[in-house]
Amino acid sequence: MNVVLITIISLGVLGALAAIILYFVAQKFKVFEDPRIDQVEEALPAANCGGCGFPGCRAFAEAMVKSDDISDLNCPVGGAETMSAAAAILGKEVSAADPMVAVVRCNGTCENRPRITEYDGATSCTIASSLYGGDTGCSNGCLGLGECVDACDFNAMYMDEETGLPVIIEDNCVSCGACVDACPKNIIELRKKGPKSRRIFVSCVNTDKGAPAKKACSAACIACKKCQKICPFDAITVENNLAYIDYNKCKLCRKCVAECPTNAIHMVNFPPPKPKVEKKVEESAE
Amino acid sequence: MLKTFSLGGVHPAENKFSAGQKIEVLPVPEQVSVPIAQHIGAPSEPIVKKGDEVKVGQLIAKSTGFVSANIHSPVSGKVFKVDNILDASGYKRQAIIIKTEGDEWDESIDRSEELVKEITATPEEIIKKVGEAGIVGLGGATFPAHVKLSVPPGKTCEVLILNGVECEPYLTADHQLMMEKGDEIMVGTQILMKALKVDKAIIGIENNKPDAIKHMTDLALKYEGISIQALKVQYPQGGEKQLINACISRQIPSGKLPIEVGAVVQNVGTTLAVYEAVQKNKPLFERIVTVTGKSVAKPSNFMARVGTPLNQLIEAAGGLPQDTGKVIGGGPMMGKALSSTDVPITKGSSGILIMPQEIAKRGKMEACIRCSKCVSVCPMGLSPYLLMTVSDKAIWDRAEEEKIMDCIECGSCSFTCPANRPLLDYIRLGKGNVGRIMRSRTK
Repeated sequence: MNVVLITIISLGVLGALAAIILYFVAQKFKVFEDPRIDQVEEALPAANCGGCGFPGCRAFAEAMVKSDDISDLNCPVGGAETMSAAAAILGKEVSAADPMVAVVRCNGTCENRPRITEYDGATSCTIASSLYGGDTGCSNGCLGLGECVDACDFNAMYMDEETGLPVIIEDNCVSCGACVDACPKNIIELRKKGPKSRRIFVSCVNTDKGAPAKKACSAACIACKKCQKICPFDAITVENNLAYIDYNKCKLCRKCVAECPTNAIHMVNFPPPKPKVEKKVEESAE
Repeated sequence: MLKTFSLGGVHPAENKFSAGQKIEVLPVPEQVSVPIAQHIGAPSEPIVKKGDEVKVGQLIAKSTGFVSANIHSPVSGKVFKVDNILDASGYKRQAIIIKTEGDEWDESIDRSEELVKEITATPEEIIKKVGEAGIVGLGGATFPAHVKLSVPPGKTCEVLILNGVECEPYLTADHQLMMEKGDEIMVGTQILMKALKVDKAIIGIENNKPDAIKHMTDLALKYEGISIQALKVQYPQGGEKQLINACISRQIPSGKLPIEVGAVVQNVGTTLAVYEAVQKNKPLFERIVTVTGKSVAKPSNFMARVGTPLNQLIEAAGGLPQDTGKVIGGGPMMGKALSSTDVPITKGSSGILIMPQEIAKRGKMEACIRCSKCVSVCPMGLSPYLLMTVSDKAIWDRAEEEKIMDCIECGSCSFTCPANRPLLDYIRLGKGNVGRIMRSRTK
């Protein structure tokens, strides 16, 4: 009995001693952390996707608390709601950033852009892109191997088997930018989602001159500049044989869409054009 | 006595269908497209424009730095244009397109067949001439030769090793060169020895070329300081690091160059080009290209001018076979499948391999079965299965730790993998990214 008692008491004393030492050490080496960082982190969506430009939601929360000016910081996943909630914790206000969405700027479908070689290598767009210009006549176009789809953490992308191109599910897209980084050909761009989710963009990234571009793909931008001439808002620039619409200047008037001879300019979420009303011709006296 | 390198290696079927085929000089093409990027280093800058008249051997593009090379016209005629064309890279890149008129050579070139044994140039003059002649490694790597010959201060060269190995299956360009131009190669070796200030040279030849070993051994008796080393038939015996390990039993430390162990390696084709540049004033504008394959009607070793369209060589070899699956620029291990036969021959085009459909396709990729065959064949002692996984998951710091930069891209791992995993493709991807990260550190 004695042995058991001695064991219990000595171990108990050792335990208590360790606890006291640990308590004082913890107090002495305590790292002060602004309690607001925890609070801001709570308000964030906890997706840890990196869309804000920081390594994880906690890092973004730290940045928000530590910065004087938070006008540059934005959580694309949470959007305006999250940002105003997080800013409120800090007693600040943020203006709502325009919601963005990923846009695939290539319409080189299997029909528009015939395949001229067969690719037999690793199914990775980056690897294929390092080996050659792709299995069509356009060396800038989408390779269709789906590295962008693999990169998406929000189930906002899938490969369309028929067209061979990736599709963005705009309701799920949080504009984190992972697909933009994944594409080795810079085909995907983050653009303004637009009022009523309407947007207009040039769905082509081909920099070849008009003739070879059109030969390779019937939906290519041939840099004819008709769109640039017709745009009343100077929103279109044509550089390196490719037209580009500045989404900050574009007022969605759709004049360029009608002008483009190859239908390279796409408009998204617009209602179909109204059928023209025929003027009734007066019938001859019956 | 047969020597070999100490780690790994594979032995693919040799298939040397074009062995023994005498070098056939192809007729001058009607038009050439000379790419400005035919070498490792900065692309050259064109110094001719549309309408200029040029002669064979005339300088048409200048080197743009230390690691860069001059490019000379392979034909005489008029410059048609300087434009972007599809080349073997699979992309459109700048090239000088010349329409041929006659075959007029620059007057300074000595076209006589006579062997010039006496070396009157000084080491510095030799290196200068090699640079001016635009000579790059003709084994396929196309590294500018004058850079290799310029031993950095603090390092000394003890031995010159010549690569007559040609370990890639199917290719026989170097084999034919040794049989037909052995003396010129020997004098070229002596020129290189003089430039490097060494008195010892070893020519490594794989054992599947017994006629070349005998011929070169007989010739070497007449030339001082040169010996022949027969090597086991094992891929990649011709890899610089493996060759040095086999011939002089030294191992190059990780991340370092051969000069670290006192050796410089040059291909026998490069050596011949050096002989022609120093003794005959002939710059580099043509090379031997092997056209081969199981279904090729006439497997051949052609002497072709740079810029000749590939399909001209294929026609001369009997035309594209009906059952063609892939047309590969280079050998089956390190070559690249081409997307068009309109691409031009460049300084690095060692061969054209036409693979029939039934063996051209890769098998379907499966999951790694952890058999570690890739580890046992890697001649650099790396773990390819691991390097592929970390490259795929973008774990670059781990890739660097596992010495991904030491990979010589020989392809032994991909060749041997029973699960058809594209190991080398992912390792190349990893090397690109890790290399970029490492370079950004020193900025």
